[in-house]
Amino acid sequence: MYLQIMEQIKQRVAVGEWGRGEEIPSIRQLAVALRVSVITVKRAYLELEREGVIVTQHGKGSIVASDPDLSPRLYDQELAEHLEQVVRLGILLGLTPEELTSRLRAAMDRLIASRLTKERL
Amino acid sequence: MKDLSVHFAGVSKKYPHFALENINLELPTGSIMGFIGANGAGKSTTIRILMGLVHQDQGAVHVLGHAMPAEQVAAKLDIGFVSEDMRLYKSATIAWHMEFIRSIYPRWDQSYAESLLQRFDLKPQQKVKGLSHGQRVKAALLLALARRPRLLVLDEPTTGLDPVARHEVLGELMAVLADEERTILFSSHNTQDVEQISDQITFIDRGRIIDSDDKEIFLDRWRRLRLVLPPEATLPRLPGIVQVSGSDRLPVLTTNSFESAMVSACHDMGATVQAVDSMTLEEIFVASVQGGRERQTV
Repeated sequence: MYLQIMEQIKQRVAVGEWGRGEEIPSIRQLAVALRVSVITVKRAYLELEREGVIVTQHGKGSIVASDPDLSPRLYDQELAEHLEQVVRLGILLGLTPEELTSRLRAAMDRLIASRLTKERL
Repeated sequence: MKDLSVHFAGVSKKYPHFALENINLELPTGSIMGFIGANGAGKSTTIRILMGLVHQDQGAVHVLGHAMPAEQVAAKLDIGFVSEDMRLYKSATIAWHMEFIRSIYPRWDQSYAESLLQRFDLKPQQKVKGLSHGQRVKAALLLALARRPRLLVLDEPTTGLDPVARHEVLGELMAVLADEERTILFSSHNTQDVEQISDQITFIDRGRIIDSDDKEIFLDRWRRLRLVLPPEATLPRLPGIVQVSGSDRLPVLTTNSFESAMVSACHDMGATVQAVDSMTLEEIFVASVQGGRERQTV
């Protein structure tokens, strides 16, 4: 569950809702607002600090790091996980690497085509 | 020393057909403990001992610094207790109950009580006998919350509530925790509610505490490993295996003391680790109850 909280906070930082160097809610305040336990938020803050997204000053609360640099790293990691999952399913279905690649290309073409039609509309 | 709101040390209580054995429990001030057990596991007996309603045969119980049951009058001024079987006066209104509680407890907070009436969508002039189950639970909770107790003890607060009422109740419980001096102990067999709002989790089964820990640590150390074994291979021996299911070649191991080193240990023994799945609190609860019972019967 703390992973979901981390994700939410990263998104808030990524879209600039929580600006760099800005103070963020205390663990307890955020727990009450999100209706999750204090310990879950505490865990999320600890991990975010380790990743350099936020900085916690003892007794003062936490602020967003001045250079969180997170969106590329965040999405890169997610992409890697999804790709592994794709390969795993491919092996399960007995697909050759070539077949898997062409399936990926086909999926890409479909998505891009549908996005283009939407933009035209 | 940690600041504990509730402390049980070696507490036992024997009944002809049921016994609580050697209960040890620590609840730090400012946290929420979810107390999970099947029906008849001993949740309510433990809570009644905590409240001084049942006297333990052995062991020491301290609640908010008061020894129980000897100092229960002083302790109860600061404990708000809501249980399923607590009855309100049927022919009296909610407003009458509010006035009644206010006359007893000096710390009653009328404006908080009124805001709770609104948030819980209750009408003060309504008589208790006309209330639905959900409204009764919310009314009882309102009467306990508005006293601003330092410790809230809730026996199955969300059982039988519809999703909207459950959401309201859980939300109010969280709001209580905004003040870090306040502590909540609530029992439930709804693991979803417990997983959402608890800091501490305690499992009880057949009158014994089978596990108790910080929630995040709890969730972290339970994992399900799905392995593929080469033919003729035997299952690797790993620490903390609670259950083995699946087939010979495709075993599924449930462990309560997972570490990432386990995965490489499996590889070293020739097994392929297909997946390491985290588990929901419900799955963990069922696995630990079944694991504990198997060990007892062996």
